[in-house]
Amino acid sequence: MDLTQGTAEEKNRRAKKMMLWFGIISLIMSFAGWTSAFVVSSSRPDWLKDFQLPNAFLISTVVIIISSLTFLLAKNALKRDNKQQTTLWLLVTLVLGVVFIFNQFSGFQQIIDLGYNFTGPTSNVTMSYIYLIAVVHILHVVVGLICLLVVIYNHFKQKYTASNMLGFELAATFWHFIDILWVYLFLFLYFVR
Amino acid sequence: MSAHADTHAHDDHGHHHKETFVTKYIFSQDHKMIAKQYLITGTIMGVIGIIMSLMFRMQIAWPEEPNVIFEALLGKWAPEGVMDADIYLALVTIHGTIMVFFVLTAGLSGTFSNLLIPLQIGARDMASGFLNMVSYWLFFLSSVVMVLSLFVEAGPAAAGWTIYPPLSALPMAQGGSGMGMTLWLVSMAIFIASSLLGSLNYIVTVLNLRTKGMTMTRLPLTIWAFFITAVIGVISFPVLLSAALLLIMDRSFGTSFFLSDIFIQGEVLHYQGGSPVLFEHLFWFLGHPEVYIVILPAMGLVSEIMAANSRKPIFGYRAMIASILAIAFLSTIVWGHHMFISGMNPFLGSVFTFTTLLIAIPSAVKAFNWITTLWKGNLQMNPAMLFSIGFVSTFITGGLTGIILGDSALDINVHDTYFVVAHFHLVMGISALYGMFAGIYHWYPKMFGRMLNKNLGYIHFWITAICAYGVFFPMHFIGMAGLPRRYYTNSNFPLFDDLANVNVVITVFALIGGAVQIIYLYNFFISIFYGKKAEQNPWKSTTLEWTTPVEHIHGNWPGEIPHVHRWAYDYSKPGHDVDFVPQTVPLKDGEEELQH
Repeated sequence: MDLTQGTAEEKNRRAKKMMLWFGIISLIMSFAGWTSAFVVSSSRPDWLKDFQLPNAFLISTVVIIISSLTFLLAKNALKRDNKQQTTLWLLVTLVLGVVFIFNQFSGFQQIIDLGYNFTGPTSNVTMSYIYLIAVVHILHVVVGLICLLVVIYNHFKQKYTASNMLGFELAATFWHFIDILWVYLFLFLYFVR
Repeated sequence: MSAHADTHAHDDHGHHHKETFVTKYIFSQDHKMIAKQYLITGTIMGVIGIIMSLMFRMQIAWPEEPNVIFEALLGKWAPEGVMDADIYLALVTIHGTIMVFFVLTAGLSGTFSNLLIPLQIGARDMASGFLNMVSYWLFFLSSVVMVLSLFVEAGPAAAGWTIYPPLSALPMAQGGSGMGMTLWLVSMAIFIASSLLGSLNYIVTVLNLRTKGMTMTRLPLTIWAFFITAVIGVISFPVLLSAALLLIMDRSFGTSFFLSDIFIQGEVLHYQGGSPVLFEHLFWFLGHPEVYIVILPAMGLVSEIMAANSRKPIFGYRAMIASILAIAFLSTIVWGHHMFISGMNPFLGSVFTFTTLLIAIPSAVKAFNWITTLWKGNLQMNPAMLFSIGFVSTFITGGLTGIILGDSALDINVHDTYFVVAHFHLVMGISALYGMFAGIYHWYPKMFGRMLNKNLGYIHFWITAICAYGVFFPMHFIGMAGLPRRYYTNSNFPLFDDLANVNVVITVFALIGGAVQIIYLYNFFISIFYGKKAEQNPWKSTTLEWTTPVEHIHGNWPGEIPHVHRWAYDYSKPGHDVDFVPQTVPLKDGEEELQH
């Protein structure tokens, strides 16, 4: 592929997409930092070897996977120029994103109910890690939701068409990223003790 | 700027709105202006960093002697003119932070990546001018926060630029661990965001916005260096953010990631089971690539300047690219050599020794290629060239001690001494600074449309070069004699009494070397207004930036962006009348494109 070809506009569009991908690489590296610290710390004597992830985390995993699918449906609808369906699926995605965040917080509550603390003198380091990783992921979801709101606003303003949907695509890519990121984190926290 | 209005109307560029003072000089989205903003902010931070180093050098040379300068600059931290021990540590810490991050990362990469990437690849601007502007202003904000942290009542951060816990993790550990450390972390978090936005822009601009014909193997080595630097930045800076967030959890929320079994003033703290070595691993996973983030752009600048001023193609162009790639890859797997005596598993130490010594190979490839580029060249000894040759000299000198320090068995004997200080200042501090100076002398006409005064440049180079070796060469010997780094005073150890005179010599050289930078600053700022007007291509160089008009215009080229037909190093090519052939000149009939 010769990247020197194309008009200035094509080049710029390509550059913006690629910028998001490299941004995602840097976000992956920060999570690689936390998860490798998690692995290193797991040899500590005060590590909890038999903790159970709360059910709420499992539910939120399912929710965020579905939200990714609905975003995909919205994109396909936009490609067919079906604006109404696009609106519907975008709003469903938004709701699912909010549900995900609420679920995460009820997951934290379930852990606290089991008698573990995330912070402070009575905290346990395993739980501190889980809390930190989940909270930082929630921050990413919040950013994703902000992007989604911008996309919905622009969509109501009739900005996107089947041939011109760069902003939409960027938001979708980021949303799929936070979905896959959580699935990875969930499996990681489930299997790595 | 009268030429500005009429050259502004080119077709495929959409910015036709009127520019005000604010959009042109302050919130500018033009890469050339942002480059200048980076350079001037970096220069101001550099002056602060150098003044700090001169102050603690004076304390080492004349320990605990009253000094009017301390009284004037340090205020309550120098009661009766004697420097306080706490502020000594803080000065060392902030000097390191400012020089590594604010001068040699943002000041160097920020300036030259912004200036040269669009100009040398043939682009109108960066991929996202807006994010580029945000990147600069975040850098500016982080600089302001870092400077403000100097005025905190309990003192600025004093845990060393590596901010190892517990000094950085316990707000009550020492004066600088409180608000000073908090502001340090805030400043660095903003800095990381700025650096990431900048790096993302550099990467995608190099990949996507090259003009027709500018293949990756026709790029000048500067662009290759900036590109790979940005890639390392994107991979390593986020890990520092991970470590900083864990540190903040320990500081503010009572978790025990890095802390264990700590007493403060006889009181037991609740922290249990944590390990500061974990922080060291995370920190140095950034910290070591950071060294290459500092040195690679300087290498790129030097390669370009040496070829232009030797009137010869760069020797081993492809080998140069390969060695940049090799250095970048190796830089991510050698961080453990900063931790040989941290209690890390000795077997792991031997692995890191192996990977570390491997870096000597690509580094040597580069050093030999620079020397062979000079070989039998028609050398133009202007200040930029002198600083480039100075770069090769200090890089080799500092690199040789790197082989000693990279070997875990040898490192044990000289760890945490002035030997280490000498090594890293020569190999990354002075070298990168030389690269930056070389770049400024070479591209000043492109930045400001005027020339720097050459004679002042020669004075600047020679005195700086003598003083740099005068400062850091003796440090090898006092380091081997065992003098530890970071000590406020050595007068309590009779063992080191013999070394006191050496320390005075070092400080005198440092003071002269610091003072001579005033000549450079004078030259820099005066020439902006009164320098000799520059021609379009003052160094008779082949690369694209010299085909743009001297007056800066939005979009860089008045008409079409020129197409590229050859690589960047056609100097003294047989069959041509002049000793340089710009990249825009098509190949003649039967002419072959050279590429070594």
